[in-house]
Amino acid sequence: MTPDMTPPDMTRDLDGRSLPHESARLHVMGAAHYTDDIPEIQGTLYAAMGVSSQAHAVIEAMNLEAVKSFPGVVAVLTAQDIAGENNHGSILHDDPILAKDLVQFIGQPIFAVIATSTDSARKAARLGDIKYQNLPPVLSPHDAHAQKSYVVPPMRLRRGDVAEKLAAAPHKLSGTFSVGGQEQFYLEGQISYALPRENQSLHVYCSTQHPTEMQMLIAHMLGWPQHRVTVEVRRMGGGFGGKETQSAQFACIAALAAHHTGRPVKLRLDRDDDMMITGKRHCFYYDYSVGFDETGLIQALKLEMILRAGYSADLSGPVATRAICHVDNAYYLSDVDLAAFCAKTNTQSNTAFRGFGGPQGAMAIEYIIDDIARHLGIDPLDVRHRNFYGKNAGAKNAGQGRDTTPYGQTVTDNIIHDLVERLQQSSDYRRRRVLINDYNKNSKFLRKGIALTPCKFGISFNVVHLNQAGALVHVYGDGTVLVNHGGTEMGQGLHTKICQIVAAELGITPDRVRVTATVTDKVPNTSATAASTGADLNGKAAQDAAAQIRGRLLPVAAAMLGCAESEVVFANNRVQGGGKSIGFNDLVAKAYMARVQLWSDGFYATPGLHWDAASMTGKPFFYFCYGAAVSEVTVDTLTGEWRLDRVDILHDVGRSLNPAIDRGQIEGAFIQGLGWLTTEQLVWNDKGRLMTHAPSTYKIPASHDCPPVFNVALYEADNAADTIGRSKAVGEPPILLSFSVFFAIRDALAGLAAGKGSSPPLNAPASCEEIFRVANGFKAV
Amino acid sequence: MTRSREHLKFLLNGEARQVTNSPPTMTVLNWLRAEGLVGTKEGCAEGDCGACTVVVAEKSVKNDKIEFKAINSCIRFMPTLDGKAIYTVEGLADAEKNLHPVQQAMIDHHGSQCGFCTPGFVMSLWAQYQNIQAHGGDKPSISDLQIALNGNLCRCTGYRTILAAGQAAYDRAAYDQAVYDQPAATVDRQELSQKLTAMENAEILHLPHPSSMFAAPKTLADLLTLRQNHPAATILAGGTDVGLWVTKQHKNLPEIIYLGEVAELQAMTTTADSLVIGAAVSLHDGFAAIEQHYPQMSELARRFASTPICQSGTLVGNIANGSPIGDSMPFLIALRAEIELIGAKGARRMPLEDFYLDYRKTALAADEIVAYLHVPLPPSLSLSLSLSLAKHDGEFTLKFATYKVARRYDSDISAVCGGFAVWLDASHRIRDARLAYGGVAGIPKRARAAEQSLLGREFTEASVRAAMAALSGEFSPLSDHRASHAYRLAMMQNLLLRFYLEHNQAAPLPRQATNVYAGF
Repeated sequence: MTPDMTPPDMTRDLDGRSLPHESARLHVMGAAHYTDDIPEIQGTLYAAMGVSSQAHAVIEAMNLEAVKSFPGVVAVLTAQDIAGENNHGSILHDDPILAKDLVQFIGQPIFAVIATSTDSARKAARLGDIKYQNLPPVLSPHDAHAQKSYVVPPMRLRRGDVAEKLAAAPHKLSGTFSVGGQEQFYLEGQISYALPRENQSLHVYCSTQHPTEMQMLIAHMLGWPQHRVTVEVRRMGGGFGGKETQSAQFACIAALAAHHTGRPVKLRLDRDDDMMITGKRHCFYYDYSVGFDETGLIQALKLEMILRAGYSADLSGPVATRAICHVDNAYYLSDVDLAAFCAKTNTQSNTAFRGFGGPQGAMAIEYIIDDIARHLGIDPLDVRHRNFYGKNAGAKNAGQGRDTTPYGQTVTDNIIHDLVERLQQSSDYRRRRVLINDYNKNSKFLRKGIALTPCKFGISFNVVHLNQAGALVHVYGDGTVLVNHGGTEMGQGLHTKICQIVAAELGITPDRVRVTATVTDKVPNTSATAASTGADLNGKAAQDAAAQIRGRLLPVAAAMLGCAESEVVFANNRVQGGGKSIGFNDLVAKAYMARVQLWSDGFYATPGLHWDAASMTGKPFFYFCYGAAVSEVTVDTLTGEWRLDRVDILHDVGRSLNPAIDRGQIEGAFIQGLGWLTTEQLVWNDKGRLMTHAPSTYKIPASHDCPPVFNVALYEADNAADTIGRSKAVGEPPILLSFSVFFAIRDALAGLAAGKGSSPPLNAPASCEEIFRVANGFKAV
Repeated sequence: MTRSREHLKFLLNGEARQVTNSPPTMTVLNWLRAEGLVGTKEGCAEGDCGACTVVVAEKSVKNDKIEFKAINSCIRFMPTLDGKAIYTVEGLADAEKNLHPVQQAMIDHHGSQCGFCTPGFVMSLWAQYQNIQAHGGDKPSISDLQIALNGNLCRCTGYRTILAAGQAAYDRAAYDQAVYDQPAATVDRQELSQKLTAMENAEILHLPHPSSMFAAPKTLADLLTLRQNHPAATILAGGTDVGLWVTKQHKNLPEIIYLGEVAELQAMTTTADSLVIGAAVSLHDGFAAIEQHYPQMSELARRFASTPICQSGTLVGNIANGSPIGDSMPFLIALRAEIELIGAKGARRMPLEDFYLDYRKTALAADEIVAYLHVPLPPSLSLSLSLSLAKHDGEFTLKFATYKVARRYDSDISAVCGGFAVWLDASHRIRDARLAYGGVAGIPKRARAAEQSLLGREFTEASVRAAMAALSGEFSPLSDHRASHAYRLAMMQNLLLRFYLEHNQAAPLPRQATNVYAGF
């Protein structure tokens, strides 16, 4: 029963571009190797971590004798064993790999146990005898905010004169609400496998979205130059942002242990440990004042957002920045005063999660618009329409027509009007609104609700220099092609798209192209595969590499075909021109004999980006993705239980590189967002212990949460920006489509609220209890 | 005692295997992965995500037919596979690497993204495929698929593509005939049956591992002898809770007695007045039998736990465990179910509610086991009521329902679970009422005051509202991560109200009007 090594079947191409995932055949056979599946080197040891039981305390004394003497234990490592920098923080250096004197949350790693089996290591890790001197913990973001305790300085973006416009507005509303955090719940937990190699070097297999950062942090920890550490990832069993920075602590510990013992060391986290230790999506608390006219047109918005950052900075700063840059969502906001506070709490350090603050920022304006509509007694969709960015935005009248974002970028690619109009028609929104009203009149206990919400999402890293990528393309003597690039595969289909891009550039079929593991000793200095940019950046780099090879093959082909270079066509594994045709393989063989370089690097840097962090203005995004969704729900007012009856989505992916993969991203993001806003709830007890740390207590969507009617269509139009194949990014934007579920639930409850014009005070996650609380108007306990 | 055997025998992907010297608490998942069969994954090690799903095939005790069951290998101990056939994702394609239809359909319908959960989904689909094919069935409905897959979590796809693949696997016309007619598509049951028969024997599996003892008696007599000789032994049945003691709590279990092979306890019988369910009967089979008589509990059966958990775990295990949040007890208490304990001094029966003394404390003596559950059949329930009332007032009508409230429809622990039974006489007066709840106290508990308030009154909304008010006087549920005190109390009341709304004589509402899951 050897693993199947036959290449994936890339010929079952159902609609031209919808190739299956390049690993699909391996996935279904159980033959796709994840880090824990790599055959182990003899002598491999296994690590586990001893963690803090206190939310905030000074470590007074540590007795690890019982740990050391546990059968099978080979070594126990603490902060004292770190020769270089004891830090895995990516931006600020405030994340100890192993806590030294101070612990700042329950679950923080203090020591690592290295043993001959995972079982021994985990059992021994519980035997640490640690004496703490407790300090008062800060467990709520509000408390931290009151104490002005932040992990990074507060941020503020102002445009126009909010105070004056608010005072002058015919209508004003203010309010507070919140959205919860979210555990990534990648099915494959955090794992690293570090192998000592000759001459003081290490090779580390790691389930990470950011191999280069793992490499750098390991090198810093050991006090080594970077070139002694190689980090490799073939694939992850899901990432969703949770393996962008947070894989580093475990990569470092595995590397430290391998270095100390001179033996291969694997650190695979148990699910509960993973959830207790690693950061999650930031929960947000909002406080707003908005001024608007009788049609719902927003005239001024003042908004404060408090984020639960956790005990360290991690990526909280950039998350808050992206949140501020998405408060506008699809709407023109003339006068704004937006502030974000990254509250320092004694809980896990929150981090990237698909959308990276964007969903939390956009959620704010959608909530506020919903409030405005209910206050005015207008259909929320009409208020949304009223506030959209200017319809005629474009190069010609840029800056003239409600088309500049609060951060100063002109929206030149706005398609939201047409997209929403089409979806409104195809989903039959208006008629269903009437039917739902009728249903609610006749139903005593169950109520229906419907909502259409739009999305606009900016594509590029907000930090300009990260928008670069590299690739290597090798054409071998037999005409087969190997591609390596800086992006990582976490299920999003990046390698499949890269494979298609390179195949198209060389005029060969995708089955001749293989994409290899991402390794820091091939393409160096890579950015994280994050911010939805994987295919945009790495696709362009891979195309650049393939185009260079093609360019070198061109004169050889012209000579073989006896035609001008301009007449040569590469297609279908053949090269044609001058009425003749030769095989791509034959061309490659000939080129090799002629000493033509058959491999190339490729590079790409997104053009035209600039960003001033101090004023929070610039052009941070290359372009925007758009979309909209309609959801219909039924809510039980007796219990707060609900079901999703129907979903209609129209989403913009530009000219899709692979419609099946893009649709998969849209559906997956939608359901993931639905979980965030409804069933997934993180609960910490009054000591700061996370009580929802396994799938038994933390409920991500399951099979019955997929709606019975789930219409998903692509709004296919070329990207106005010059992206790879005029496609658009797809990873994160569709998370925002799930807002429609939350607002449909709110819509169902709206008629129950006391008096006309009041909005149901529903917070996310809209758990059954939260829905019931709002439906029945009793206070949360 | 019967002769014993010291090694395991089972079929792995059709091939006979013998295993010696494996620690009794070695999980199937860890054993497979150590064997190099790394297609089966660990996602949670607590039976909640399904990445570890494998399929066990065994002969049904009922009719000797082979049943294929998806199970969670992460919490299943190796010795419990003795004499069975186990299939893993590596075993589905044929020798020429032609994929099974469920595998090919998953590719064609883009059912995998990161791929980590995929082997588990494939195995759940494959088990369903084998069972449907054996009965000549048609392709499953989306609802059937959602139930088959309710123990498999996917964080990438949103499930639609997987459900589509699950149906397409049966759609021969739409796909390449050659792929779907491979002999690998269905297991040769005759051949498998012969192989399973060949492994059958009278020996007791008795593993003398240095770290712990594992014994799998085959008769009740042998079981009781073992129980007396090893009073501290852990009693293991389905292992869906005991497995977590090992994988999560890192407990050592020095002595284990396994009930799964005891013939008497595998049996399910129907007597004149009740359904008798043995301690080795799975939740799935037990619920199916009860549903025959009480279809009102079918939603609870669907939501109780995932399909793999229901196929491994036992109904009596859920009861014997003594957890305050078990979903089977409230409705069984409402239905006057009894349990039968057997020990050195013989057998004794008691009403289920009397079994629970305090939080995690039961009436079970050290030499006893919970052997049987007796569920009264509907006619006998009314008859016993007549007898207890000492006079026959004519026909009694039983109104019965059970509901749970949880965050998620699939496989979630209840915030509150309620089981309700009232008996009405001809004038709609309540002659007896049994209202039982889980999740609201240290033990599954009857609401005595609320019951009392109903007795003798007509089954009207006013009566029920009075009972709802009584509930808040006699219960004070906890606040925890699942629910607050106030919500739990409100759900105790509103589930009772739902029971009334659906079952009153005057104007009963259809489920569609009171339950958002009516269409599931």
